[in-house]
Amino acid sequence: MRKIGTFVATALLAAGAGAANAQDKELTLCWAAWDPANALVELSKDFTAQTGIKMNFEFVPWTNFADRMLNELNSGGKLCDLMIGDSQWIGGGATYGHYVKLNDFFDAEGISMDDFLPATVYAYSTWPKGTPNYYALPAMGDALGWVYRKDWFERPEIREAFKAEYGRDLEVPTTWVELKEIAEFFQGREIDGETRYGAAIYTERGSEGITMGVTAALYPWGFKYVNTPGEYDMEGAVNSPEAVEALEFYKSLYDCCTPPGHSDAYMVANLDAYKSGQVAMQMNWFAFFPGIAKDEVVGGDVSGFFVNPGQNIEASTLGGQGISVVAYSDKQDEALQYIKWFAQPDVQAKWWELGGYAVHVDVAGAPDFPDSTPFAGEFLKAMDGVQDFWQEPIYAELMLAMQKRIHDYVVAGDGTAKEALDKLIEDWTISFEDDGKL
Amino acid sequence: MSGGAMESVADAAARATPKRVAGRLRGLSDRAIAWLFISPTIVLLLAINIFPLLWTVYLSFTNYRANQPGREVKWIGTRNYERLLGSEDVWGYMQATAHFLVWTMVLQVIIGLGLALLINRGFRTSGFWTTVILIPMMLSPAVVGTFWTYLYQPQTGIFSYIINTFVEVGALNMIGSVSLAPWAIVIVDTWMWTPYIMLLCLAGLRSIPPYLYEAAEIDRANALQKFWYITLPRILPFLMLAVLFRGIENFKMFDMVVELTSGGPGSTTELASINLKREAFEKWRTGYASAFAVILFVTVFGLASIYVKALNRVRS
Repeated sequence: MRKIGTFVATALLAAGAGAANAQDKELTLCWAAWDPANALVELSKDFTAQTGIKMNFEFVPWTNFADRMLNELNSGGKLCDLMIGDSQWIGGGATYGHYVKLNDFFDAEGISMDDFLPATVYAYSTWPKGTPNYYALPAMGDALGWVYRKDWFERPEIREAFKAEYGRDLEVPTTWVELKEIAEFFQGREIDGETRYGAAIYTERGSEGITMGVTAALYPWGFKYVNTPGEYDMEGAVNSPEAVEALEFYKSLYDCCTPPGHSDAYMVANLDAYKSGQVAMQMNWFAFFPGIAKDEVVGGDVSGFFVNPGQNIEASTLGGQGISVVAYSDKQDEALQYIKWFAQPDVQAKWWELGGYAVHVDVAGAPDFPDSTPFAGEFLKAMDGVQDFWQEPIYAELMLAMQKRIHDYVVAGDGTAKEALDKLIEDWTISFEDDGKL
Repeated sequence: MSGGAMESVADAAARATPKRVAGRLRGLSDRAIAWLFISPTIVLLLAINIFPLLWTVYLSFTNYRANQPGREVKWIGTRNYERLLGSEDVWGYMQATAHFLVWTMVLQVIIGLGLALLINRGFRTSGFWTTVILIPMMLSPAVVGTFWTYLYQPQTGIFSYIINTFVEVGALNMIGSVSLAPWAIVIVDTWMWTPYIMLLCLAGLRSIPPYLYEAAEIDRANALQKFWYITLPRILPFLMLAVLFRGIENFKMFDMVVELTSGGPGSTTELASINLKREAFEKWRTGYASAFAVILFVTVFGLASIYVKALNRVRS
């Protein structure tokens, strides 16, 4: 009896210690501070409930996100066990050894990249691009899209006025030229006793804003970074006549149709301009659209959503991120456990329900997905034609050069579009020379 | 420490220290003891000031990137300096810095001196107003930059509203306009740091003996003459010192301007220090940024040395 008692006590102690051990485990996930991050916090509660591993989160506002997190990675910091890093970081993450290569883990756990939308696997997971070397699991699909005041577009008096001025119905624009006409139409127009403006576009100088905005015009005009894939022959591609035309067009849109003072605007500034009723349209990431659809003022039938308009081709600027295990983490096993859990179709389905953009084919490829929200169908259209900025290890250097050259031209009106793109090629050439690529 | 009755530094030090250590100290000269005491400071100074400076100079001749520790560091001679000095953009950043520096100094000296003269008259609520005027100086530059973005907002900001009550100019886009943005940062810095100049001027004014003015009264000097021949020469060293401190600070101005304009529109307000930070910690071109830092250091050091000589001449 005594022996049995001792055995039971030991077993209870061991069980208690085991539970305490699980409770002691914790992971820190680093990402940007925005709406989907809140959804992920909610989603991750299920992971904690299933595994006992506590989740901590380190969210940094977008304007400081790259700066803060790349410093963290470059210094070999242990703050983050899991990193939902921007798509452009994948080159540096792989080359400099910041991210753990996930191929063996995927093979061992039966996680197939065929289960995720191909564009997202290419953009968020692979390095070198397109090769089966995976450093992230696609976590959050995203692209640049547009939101418009559907209620204004549907008003008979506004529709009549538009038709009288442009000879066509006021509909969602399918080209950038149409978009600009609509923006011009709304610019300075009195609606409900208030002065309204055309469009809130990205013009931010400090991080990546204006580059993301201007590429939304450049890509549909047919912009290419290089003439030959895999080479760095930029002359004639970056400054092609189409690229010059697109850049001039973006500047003309900025000059004619943005609200006063919209000279350093990124995601939040565009949301503010739109939600406060200043503008008829805003460009922004699809990630914000669930929040807009639920917004008390501009949600419901007030707003509509459309994919980035085409021009010469259909194309959208890629956003979104993959989730990676940080190589400097002491808790890689637990971090991999999180990725394994996150890759499950039912978790992905809940992720989409909560406001995250799941890119698992069981979710995004389901027949009812396009009609599941007012923007889901547009999101799929966007993901069919996404293009991304350089994903080179030195992407930050390339990005800052473009930020300067584009802002100098579009906002400050310095020089011509051709000169801006020529100078950009000079900057990028120096960067690639320094990096040993040229 | 002179005179036969006085004990040597070594003896005094030895008396105040434990016996075991005192025995060793007794054999040392005063100079050796002095070196012993200041050597920790010198070592610290070398470690945190001189070594980084020399290391920066070394890095400026290399292609080093701090975010690529495994990469071979190559000696590239003066290429970084050639790129910097041959770059139109860099000259643009230096021009923006010079514009900011010169105009903030001019405005802050004029307004600061004016306020100091006013406060020095000693009216009944001068103490209260001195405190009120000093408030901006106590705020964080980053906070100041952030809230001035709201004040400058063309549609809802109070700055545009106030200007429009005097002159009808419409929505004034202070931080989005190429011609106004350089003045926008000058105005904010002047608002924030004029109290500092005022404070030093006030210290100078309070140090002037009243009998000088009494003598000037007897000589029937008018207000302008009293200011020119008594006040200005007496407060000039204080004023020059204030300008030196503020000049050095503004040469490396970063936080307030980043919050306010991010260096824009375009590169209109991209001061040298902002660009230096981008090169060093965003692009990670450490070698290039080191060369830029060396150029800025030499510039500030050179200008400050000339200025200090002038200051000493004024004092003497």
